[in-house]
Amino acid sequence: MNSRENTLLVVNNLSIGFESYNRDMEKRIIWPISNLSVSLNKGEILAIVGSSGSGKSLLAHAVMDILPDNAKSKGDIFYKKTKLDSQSIVELRGKEIVFIPQSVAFLDPLMEVGKQVCGIMGDAVKNLQEKAFEHFNLKKAVEKYYPFQLSGGMARRVLLSTAMVTDADLIIADEPTPGLDLSMAIEALKDFRELANQGKGVVLITHDIDLAINIADKIAIFYDGRVVETAETKYFKENGDGLKHPYSKALFQALPQNGFHLEKCPECGLSSAVWKVDEKEMRCECGRS
Amino acid sequence: MAVLEVKNVSFRYGNGPWILKDVSMEVEQGERVVILGPSGYGKSTLAKIIAGYLEPLSGKVLWNNHDLPQNCFCPIQLIYQHPEKALNPRWKMKKSLFEAGEPSEEVLRQIGIQEKWYDRWPNELSGGELQRFCVARVLKPETRLLIADEMTTMLDALNQAHIWNFILEYAEKHGMSIIAITHNKFLAEKLATRIISIPDINHIEANQDDL
Repeated sequence: MNSRENTLLVVNNLSIGFESYNRDMEKRIIWPISNLSVSLNKGEILAIVGSSGSGKSLLAHAVMDILPDNAKSKGDIFYKKTKLDSQSIVELRGKEIVFIPQSVAFLDPLMEVGKQVCGIMGDAVKNLQEKAFEHFNLKKAVEKYYPFQLSGGMARRVLLSTAMVTDADLIIADEPTPGLDLSMAIEALKDFRELANQGKGVVLITHDIDLAINIADKIAIFYDGRVVETAETKYFKENGDGLKHPYSKALFQALPQNGFHLEKCPECGLSSAVWKVDEKEMRCECGRS
Repeated sequence: MAVLEVKNVSFRYGNGPWILKDVSMEVEQGERVVILGPSGYGKSTLAKIIAGYLEPLSGKVLWNNHDLPQNCFCPIQLIYQHPEKALNPRWKMKKSLFEAGEPSEEVLRQIGIQEKWYDRWPNELSGGELQRFCVARVLKPETRLLIADEMTTMLDALNQAHIWNFILEYAEKHGMSIIAITHNKFLAEKLATRIISIPDINHIEANQDDL
């Protein structure tokens, strides 16, 4: 099969910057994401793994064009053959591309959650929404709740339901499992697998590398606003030798199940885990080298 | 001998459902107890009760056979999952670090806190860097029991291994006891001298709807 035909999402050299003013009213721009590239094929689950607060969510927001007003972005995003911009995304989001946001704060506080799950499709998908709620063990009464009435786990399940009511080809899920108990989290991940098996694509943004190893086909290791390496999940299951970048290798070896091991810096003798990571290398930030 | 005794503790918020019912456990000097279990079983509430932030509705928490001492540096210290919420956003890092007196040089060096970070605001450091400050702030000679409530859940594996390797070494050297709360069974196996599964000691019926 032609690989071009098969691609669902391509992100090319994406950079996202924020303008702000310091105390002397000088304008400065910080770039939480710089030159990030990832791609996703049909039938795949791509996990983007990085520590929290590192800016992974911004990638999802950039695809959906919901970045805050003071954000600038550079680079190209393609969905199938369409280049995404502020016009083309309007036609696609909520229909072909759905986004499962990270928290209940993304819901409208003055609207019943049942209606919000139906979204722009409205009553046409009412029965799908009811099915989704049943699937996630949410009582019928929850439809009429407002977001503030939901507990953490309920909110998560409501957010997951938004992906089930459309026939979207691309699902972007931002931290979909915290707050769920184990069986429900496994259930949700099975749903993603099922969607991928139907030929759709799932981007799973998470800080939990174990979760990614369990479910994803490919794992993109995110560090300091860049993807340092995208590797097939199988390389995270064997002994880690297939991983190319020293940062992904170090990450693999530092997992509790793989020995909890950290390299010591030859210069300062510590393993302080503060690193400068570039395309090929990672160096201790002790400043002596 | 047990330094910490939790005796038949029950708790609920207001008139809500019972979060903890008849929970009992003990921790011995130098022991590393991991409390393992899914969310919704009151792990964090139990941590707050042991650390003295919440009063149990019934039952007792005893430290060396006495109530937890007030009006002094508390021998039981708690570290939370989200360091950014445990630090005052309007204080520079140095002020937070020195909040309860001067931290030890050895701790600062080994946990890898750089002096150039002192002048920064909390939002200018990563989660892993912030969590080091939270750890260094509470590791005083008076601290005899450290409760780590999902301390490294939000961090990457490198920071997790770094912070835990340091704390394990420190605890060994100073005879400090640890209660670690986690849902990660691999981490639990790595840390614990004893693992307690929370559903075994908390006699509530976890209500799936309320999770």
